[in-house]
Amino acid sequence: MNVEVRPIKTAAETALATSFAMVKRALPGAAAVAALRENAFRRFETEGLPHRRVEEWKYTDLRALMRDAKPLAGVPDAAAKARAKQAITTLASIEARAIVFVDGVFVPELSDLADLETGLTIGSMAQRLAGGDPHLVAHLGKLVPTDDVAVALNTAFMGDGAVIHVAEGVALARPIHLMFVNAGKEPASIFVRSLVVIENGARAMLVESHVGSNAGEDQVNAALELKVGDAAHVDHVKITGQGAGALHVSSLMATIGAHARFNEFLFTTGAAVVRNQMFVRFSGEGTIAGVRGASLLRGRQHTDTTLVADHAVADCTSREVFKSVLDDESRSVFQGKIIVRRHAQKTDAKMATHALLLSDTAEADNKPELEIFADDVQCGHGATSGDLDEDLLFYLKARGIPAKEAEALLIQAFVGEAVEGIEHAGLRDALMDQVVAWLAARK
Amino acid sequence: MHLLEVKNLHVEVDGKQILNGLELSIGKGSVHAIMGPNGSGKSTLAHVLAGKADYVVTQGEVLLDGEDILALAPDERAAKGLFLAFQYPLEIPGVATMTFLRTALNAQRKKRGEPELLVPEFVRRVNEVAGKLRIDKEMLRRGVNVGFSGGEKKRNEILQMALLEPRLCVLDETDSGLDIDALKVVSDGVNRLRSPDRAFVVITHYQRLLEYIVPDVVHVLSKGRIVKTGGKALALELEATGYAQYRDEAA
Repeated sequence: MNVEVRPIKTAAETALATSFAMVKRALPGAAAVAALRENAFRRFETEGLPHRRVEEWKYTDLRALMRDAKPLAGVPDAAAKARAKQAITTLASIEARAIVFVDGVFVPELSDLADLETGLTIGSMAQRLAGGDPHLVAHLGKLVPTDDVAVALNTAFMGDGAVIHVAEGVALARPIHLMFVNAGKEPASIFVRSLVVIENGARAMLVESHVGSNAGEDQVNAALELKVGDAAHVDHVKITGQGAGALHVSSLMATIGAHARFNEFLFTTGAAVVRNQMFVRFSGEGTIAGVRGASLLRGRQHTDTTLVADHAVADCTSREVFKSVLDDESRSVFQGKIIVRRHAQKTDAKMATHALLLSDTAEADNKPELEIFADDVQCGHGATSGDLDEDLLFYLKARGIPAKEAEALLIQAFVGEAVEGIEHAGLRDALMDQVVAWLAARK
Repeated sequence: MHLLEVKNLHVEVDGKQILNGLELSIGKGSVHAIMGPNGSGKSTLAHVLAGKADYVVTQGEVLLDGEDILALAPDERAAKGLFLAFQYPLEIPGVATMTFLRTALNAQRKKRGEPELLVPEFVRRVNEVAGKLRIDKEMLRRGVNVGFSGGEKKRNEILQMALLEPRLCVLDETDSGLDIDALKVVSDGVNRLRSPDRAFVVITHYQRLLEYIVPDVVHVLSKGRIVKTGGKALALELEATGYAQYRDEAA
């Protein structure tokens, strides 16, 4: 007889169950949404928090990492909004339209909603859920279905987020910057869910940043569903610079149409534990996608980047390049799975990860996986890890550059190679400024 | 006082003795050539002067203006006016040449207590030197030495030397890999920098370079020691006879 052995619930799992029972009626959305939430929560209850024996979560054991579950964040008061305003760092060089969320709640008065381009709509997920928008409810969780438990938890608890639509053929003049700011006084759980639909032939650039104005142990679960239409061109840059004690779990579910261009970039310097998972599905032929990222970690920071690139159709190209700079006892994990389905002939997929280890106690883990069912494809992966090149350092020092500055130049160059993949020059500059700031804070 | 004095220098690399009591005195304003067969310790001398790690000095002193520099880090030696032109200049992808030059120049000025050079003045100086060395401005926008030919890399070394205005220039086989036109450009660049306050150590295997950079003194290095010192005629003599006799002499 097979008996499914479920260990006793952890404190965090119990707290999440209690919390769900308490708040589910207050969460936005009526019957259909409530059913979605219930289903998702049951999925979580069956599985529990993901742990190291779940292959996809092998290196980021949430059951061990989450000693407790923080209470859901409250609606931000005036003081929290004021603190958030202080914490907001606009990327001046990109002149983006800022859409601000404080403790997971959309704050129109801090956002820039003036003169929306024709064909662009921006709304609040909480309002849309509460209003029972049938189109939205039909879409949620459907773009790239996944049974991932972190996504299920997000669906169960989702509060606010952005709902963005860019109409067919519209090219947005300005980037949109979704800023998620944690400003609560006490550590809190924050579940944000966004849906972005870029219709056929449209052009949009989306920046998403997560910052915390305190060093609190916030627990953030962010999810973004993204639809990139045929012949659309979309860039998404996610900047994670959360408070030093925070746990940040983020899921991207993106489906890309035919002959589209899609560029994803993850820039991570923050939070104690970061899990960035991406489920990218190639749904139309002839598309070119780049999925890149750079992490700069120190102390005991842990960043896990998990990518599933699903080539479901033929003739798509994907490039994955991830770089991590690891100081002290920090750790980076990269799990990249490329699936090439039987009919996805002429797929061209290349994945590379590079880790620069600045200390003997830092660690980089790499797990590339190729699942190829087609027979006429080009797929490959490569991984390197190492420390700074002594000969290059000597060359710089021999020119009068002190050791510390020489190291900083080489680290900038290392990260720069990934950042160069971003098309927007202003954003490249803004990220390199953050690299310089990170280096300046290096001991 | 000599600008550079090397006294009884013994150096090991990976436990192997390379320099064996090397003596060298160089006065301001002079050009000394150091010639010698492969494996005689020429490049080791260049690297140990510049302060490369892994070169273990077991005995001896290196004095710059009477001050022992062996305990100084490479960047501190550079700020005191020592410059090594590399035999194999390295490529640094992602570090733009202009950034590299400016960082180096200002780091040295800062260490010497001089104000940083403002950007317009810096750019003016770079353009002036680059023009003389026939270095294209487009090349300066690229990563350091990235995609440069062998000759372009050597010209870039001379550009750095001209900009940093060192007092002691050590040229490690600067002629290697250069065709005759590039050799002339590089030599002209070096000759323009000759001055009563500046000295050169020109390390080379071949006499050819010394037709263009005419030395005051020629030393023959063999088995880690200077075994003969003479005038510029010594280089021609070596060209005719080869190094065979010096190999025996040192043994």
